[in-house]
Amino acid sequence: MDDRIDILPESLDTAAAIDSVAHPDAGGIDVFLGVTRAEKRADGVELLALDYEAYADMATQQMKSLVALARTRWPICRAALLHRVGRVEIGHPSIVIAVSCPHRGQAFEACRFLIDELKKSVTIWKKEVWADEQTSWSQRSEMRANDESRNPNDE
Amino acid sequence: MRIQVRLFAILRDKAKLNAFDLDLADRSTVAEAFARLAIELPAIAIYLPRVAPAVNREYAKPERVLRDGDELALIPPVSGG
Repeated sequence: MDDRIDILPESLDTAAAIDSVAHPDAGGIDVFLGVTRAEKRADGVELLALDYEAYADMATQQMKSLVALARTRWPICRAALLHRVGRVEIGHPSIVIAVSCPHRGQAFEACRFLIDELKKSVTIWKKEVWADEQTSWSQRSEMRANDESRNPNDE
Repeated sequence: MRIQVRLFAILRDKAKLNAFDLDLADRSTVAEAFARLAIELPAIAIYLPRVAPAVNREYAKPERVLRDGDELALIPPVSGG
């Protein structure tokens, strides 16, 4: 297995991630990019970027476990799972997932599973950076009273 | 015994601390460590009910018994992706 699983402080190389999952048994490669979306605050100030922070030792371990779990459900040839830390400008990727499988349906499902599960439990946080230099932790990490997000231990 | 406590994201900002050592009675649980943290770090006390503990880089239950040298991380709701 030559999976690429990492947390990186520099721009993610999408083409290299896709190349890394090439495999002679693969008939389909599915790719997901999560990118910073332009937003406006209630007072009209625009979002500049997201600052990502990770508990990298734990997050890397969790990402490896997620790929191992996905392998018990789909015949994954190779997987790449790369997440940024640091500042990610509008339109730039914060996460790249590429999965190769013998057939396309398996690749689509495994890729979807990996992004959905990563968002639930992997120890990474984003902070919003606004054009007026204000910053705010995204609503989930802010733990507001009306926030219905849950921790893994709530299950 | 002595454990290391690590803080991330909003908790680190509020407490103005990344990591520190905490002395606890032998065989203290994660829940007992949280009770101490609420006293030692009043700036984060209101967040603790929503924080998931991780011991040595794995999520842990409140009843988990800590050992000397453990790393207890305070994990606020995650927002990666």
